[in-house]
Amino acid sequence: MTSTRTTGDARGPEVRRQSAVRALYAGNARAVLGRELAATRSTTWTVILSGFFEPVFYLLAMGKGLGAFIGDVTLPSGQVVSYAAFIAPGLLAVSAMNGAVYDSTWNVFFKMNMGGRLFQSMLTTSIGPLDVALGEIAFALLRGGAYAAAFLVIMQVLGLVLSPWALLAVPAVLLIAFGFASIGMAITSYMTTIQQMDVINTVLLPMFLFSATFYPITVYPEPVQWVVKAFPLWHAVELIRGLTTGALSGAMLGHLTYFVVMIAVGITFTAKRLRALFLD
Amino acid sequence: MTVISARGLVKRYGDLAAVDGIDFEVPAGESFGLLGPNGAGKSTTMRMVGAVSARTAGDLTVLGLDPDTHGPEIRAQLGVVPQEDNLDLELRARDNLVVYGRYFGISRAECLRRADELLAFAQLEDKATAKVDDLSGGMKRRLTIARALINTPRVLMLDEPTTGLDPQARHVLWDRLFRLKERGTTLVLTTHYMDEAEQLCDRLIVVDHGRIMAEGSPAELIRRYSTREVVELRFGTDRNADAGARLESAADRVEVLPDRVLLYTDDGERLLEHVAREGMRPTTSLVRRSSLEDVFLRLTGRSLIE
Ligand SMILES: Nc1ncnc2c1ncn2[C@@H]1O[C@H](COP(=O)(O)OP(=O)(O)OP(=O)(O)O)[C@@H](O)[C@H]1O
Ligand SMILES: [Mg+2]
Repeated sequence: MTSTRTTGDARGPEVRRQSAVRALYAGNARAVLGRELAATRSTTWTVILSGFFEPVFYLLAMGKGLGAFIGDVTLPSGQVVSYAAFIAPGLLAVSAMNGAVYDSTWNVFFKMNMGGRLFQSMLTTSIGPLDVALGEIAFALLRGGAYAAAFLVIMQVLGLVLSPWALLAVPAVLLIAFGFASIGMAITSYMTTIQQMDVINTVLLPMFLFSATFYPITVYPEPVQWVVKAFPLWHAVELIRGLTTGALSGAMLGHLTYFVVMIAVGITFTAKRLRALFLD
Repeated sequence: MTVISARGLVKRYGDLAAVDGIDFEVPAGESFGLLGPNGAGKSTTMRMVGAVSARTAGDLTVLGLDPDTHGPEIRAQLGVVPQEDNLDLELRARDNLVVYGRYFGISRAECLRRADELLAFAQLEDKATAKVDDLSGGMKRRLTIARALINTPRVLMLDEPTTGLDPQARHVLWDRLFRLKERGTTLVLTTHYMDEAEQLCDRLIVVDHGRIMAEGSPAELIRRYSTREVVELRFGTDRNADAGARLESAADRVEVLPDRVLLYTDDGERLLEHVAREGMRPTTSLVRRSSLEDVFLRLTGRSLIE
């Protein structure tokens, strides 16, 4: 028998579990999101815009420029699409990733470690670590979602949206941004020096280049394919590509599941870590 | 009603017992102080009471609740002024209050109303839209206190509220804290300034190495552990020890510090006359009333401020 310190023994494990959840979550992530929105008024818009334009520039340079040499691409479904239409969904996924990752990694790192010790002050109120995690992630997701929505408009204008299913790309992109933001914040919460933060860039760039963003995954030998499939961006790219080209398949459910798990894992570790850092 | 009750409270970091078994009770409306040198365990105690640090052992209730199981409920009723300001640097002064109030789930309209009231209370009305970085140290401290009051807390916890402030800023702050005390807010504060403890605390504990050395009101502690008056003499670094030894029998107690000799007695003037009769010539001499500094020196053999 283990003995736990509680006030009053009449209450069963049920009550204890409830209070354990309450200690993590006050149901007030809204206040954290509100803080971020209030603080955004003083952010530098150049940083925000550069994150958005990066994939747009890739789309123009590679899709339109390089695409003129490459010609068309045959999808696994047999459908033939222009090179620009092939990479555009990949870049849309990248756009969601960029937006989500920017806020959930660098911005979170600064809030945790630099001036102000923001999370520490939040957690002296009735708010819990899960509120902080959800609020921050929701904010990162807003940016990811905004980038993606704007990118989708550009795709539409350039005639790269080939199927009405593309409408579903909006919620899909939000899910993807949610996943990246959760995992990004979880990883960041374990980082203590700015050098460690460079690891994030070291992972992001190859992931961007090699996740079947610019060519079908079939160009790789089988073992390499498995490595690529282990990373989230490939699932994001495939999911979005399926929706914007209209090549739906059962595999898309797998991609969805990947992101649901990613969100759950990310949030769990973030809340755990914040609790260990600021409430212990 | 008891607001805070600690019994055998312990906090260990690895091998180090930052708080090493302390007991105290704070009744509602009291102004309670923790006085102690650097590393005594004051902040650690404050964090446990504030339900942001789990205790290693012992019993602790805050507002009748156990911080282990009711952290959010406790924090909802506390106001916390941490040792180092952690204001939100990306928000302006007034927004700092409003946003902080929102963390407690207080409606936006109510936060706005209280923020204006508190800015007035902290004498910061004309700084409402200033950036935090542009405020002086004393203003930041006052803003932090205002922020801690946004949820109309039953207990206000202040960790070294005036450290690093100039005398005038300290007095402004003391005045504000006095008003809160008059309104019935329970104050718990740490300090290593004895004048601050004497000004603000109804009762205090003297802490060193995570243990309580003494407990009582400032006047009680001085009566119990010191004499009415203290004579401070300076003879020069190498002659202080000799002089101290010669005067041993003339005073109730003698403390030789590197730069001066302290003679504890109930009649300072008579002791000074004795010193003159002995033909001793200190370079400076001073008679003053005993303070908590003397209590601390007596209890630990060390000065409070190193
Ligand atoms: N998070 C921590 N991890 C390890 N040791 C800690 C931690 N926090 C405090 N300590 C140690 O516990 C002891 C008490 O620290 P604490 O901050 O409570 O002292 P304090 O009385 O507030 O001192 P000061 O007057 O300098 O603020 C110190 O020796 C400190 O190094
Ligand atoms: Mg301290």
